[in-house]
Amino acid sequence: MSAPRTPAEVVAELNDLTVWFPSPAGMVRAVDGVSLQVRRGETLGLVGESGSGKSTTGLALLRLVDPTSGSVRVAGQDVTRWSRRRLRALRRRVAMVFQDPQASLDPRRTIGASIAEPLVVHRLSDGRAARRRRVEELLDMVGLRGDLADRHPHELSGGQRQRVGIARALAGEPDLIVLDEPIASLDLSVQAQIMNLLRRLQRDLGLTYLFIAHDLAAVEHMSDRMAVMYLGRIVESGTPAQIWREPAHPYTAALLSAVPVADPQVERERRRIILSGDIPSPVDPPAGCRFRTRCPQARPECAETDPVLAEVDPDHRAACLFAGAAVRAMRSP
Amino acid sequence: MSEHSERTSEGQLRRALSALRHDPLALTGSVVLALLVVVGVAGSWLAPSGINEVDVDRMLQPPSWSHPFGTDELGRDVLSRVMVAARVSLQVGLVSVGIALAVGVTLGLFAGYYRGWLDNVLMRCMDVLFAFPVLLLAVAIVAVLGPGLLTATVAIGVVYTPIFARVTRAGVLSVREQVFVRAAVSIGASDLRIMRRHVLPNIAAPLIVQTSLSLAFAILSEAALSFLGLGVQPPAPAWGRMLYDGRGFVTEAWWLGFFPGAAIFLTVLAFNLVGDALRDVLDPRQLTVSEARRSAT
Repeated sequence: MSAPRTPAEVVAELNDLTVWFPSPAGMVRAVDGVSLQVRRGETLGLVGESGSGKSTTGLALLRLVDPTSGSVRVAGQDVTRWSRRRLRALRRRVAMVFQDPQASLDPRRTIGASIAEPLVVHRLSDGRAARRRRVEELLDMVGLRGDLADRHPHELSGGQRQRVGIARALAGEPDLIVLDEPIASLDLSVQAQIMNLLRRLQRDLGLTYLFIAHDLAAVEHMSDRMAVMYLGRIVESGTPAQIWREPAHPYTAALLSAVPVADPQVERERRRIILSGDIPSPVDPPAGCRFRTRCPQARPECAETDPVLAEVDPDHRAACLFAGAAVRAMRSP
Repeated sequence: MSEHSERTSEGQLRRALSALRHDPLALTGSVVLALLVVVGVAGSWLAPSGINEVDVDRMLQPPSWSHPFGTDELGRDVLSRVMVAARVSLQVGLVSVGIALAVGVTLGLFAGYYRGWLDNVLMRCMDVLFAFPVLLLAVAIVAVLGPGLLTATVAIGVVYTPIFARVTRAGVLSVREQVFVRAAVSIGASDLRIMRRHVLPNIAAPLIVQTSLSLAFAILSEAALSFLGLGVQPPAPAWGRMLYDGRGFVTEAWWLGFFPGAAIFLTVLAFNLVGDALRDVLDPRQLTVSEARRSAT
């Protein structure tokens, strides 16, 4: 890790990004004003419920969905308006690992062919033999035997398939890997293996991750910095330690209170903050603070002012008019 | 898991072959097709006599040991002519379906992959072609281009293009939404590469089925065109033409029409049997139906 306060090189960033999709009910504001920066060598964790816009944010970073407004910058270049054709060369720099490894591998192609695709597309190795060597090297890096290259996805287990997905993402030696819920569809025991693999690879290869998940504990375990999303917005960001110890946004506090603790003493005394109601429709988000309809500490002012992400501590921001105070009120018996 | 493994890649070919072997109807169809191909390729060598050997002493002879299918009004051996005509039928069938496959799949791929106005323009054109009865359209095209083997082939090819475009487009629409296509885009693969390497292999099954079924219809269309005098020109033999020539002798020489008619019937039946069997094995929608039935019982 770099020394504190000296900003490392920014690999990719989003500035005031919005992604709206048309739907029969109206415009779905999947992402509604998100700014974030991913710095070289770090893991930025992005956490939120389903429907919070975290996956769309990841897809927008790869320009796999088109931003409605705002900008996407990768490696210092503004790629917001780049054409599909122009983006192709850029795709080597940002790779993606998908949630469902079964669906993200072409069932008709061998494991080797899938992993080699970035090599072929970007002409990264000369000839079949060199490609084959590289594929076996990549398989070895993710802890799989080289002879699996000739198998098809259905012959592998879920965990093995996700390792293949990771190997494919590594093939082009990208600056950034977007991990979109990489462990969500795996068994619990396999989840830990994949997380350890990702951390080991990051250490050995100096990788940069955007780690998207709904599992707060996984994000805390993986990330150097994290951001919590709610209804298309980032509501809190900071280091996992800051957020874990002193959440400033009531939503984060509610999420954290739902995480079981491995200490029976603490677990018995744990106060759960139960949120009422469902996440509102992103077609018609509440005026003012988006969380106020479910916030146990909502006050009249919350309906009038849309809170901005403001610093509560160095590097720790929250989008709440009563940041800190609201959480303390919720936690006091 | 086992359902998944049964449904994919090289297992599919093996399953198709084993299904053909175990289904008596499909097996019969395959045997007939194999015979047909042999006759089609080597018909002129295998035929007992020349196709245009006129023998005025042996006109309109009923089937006998020396002429198993009898002789026609010019004393020509019907068996030999039916055998040699097999080549014409197969050739027209294969080439015209080849044209329809190449053009239709290309159009369907682009329409389904890019959607939007391109999809609209291409598919509306296909709808126009599709709206006409097959034979009427083929006759119209031949009327414009002039009768003959080549124009008949092209006409049949044009007529069967829309069905391939539709089958392909329908497949592309579902495959393009798959995560692995998005993954290929995220890697930086070009559209052409994605279409060729990811989309096409995943829609091969319905296309194989459609090809085998279309071959039957194409051969039938060729026979119809030849019957109308718009296909192969005499004295070259064609099943449809022989049927036409035999229709004046139905009462006194049934064998003139019966044997070419039987050849058409058997060929079309064989292609249909094989096509149906392939559909049962390869077409995923059919597979899910039979799976559902199996799990329901």
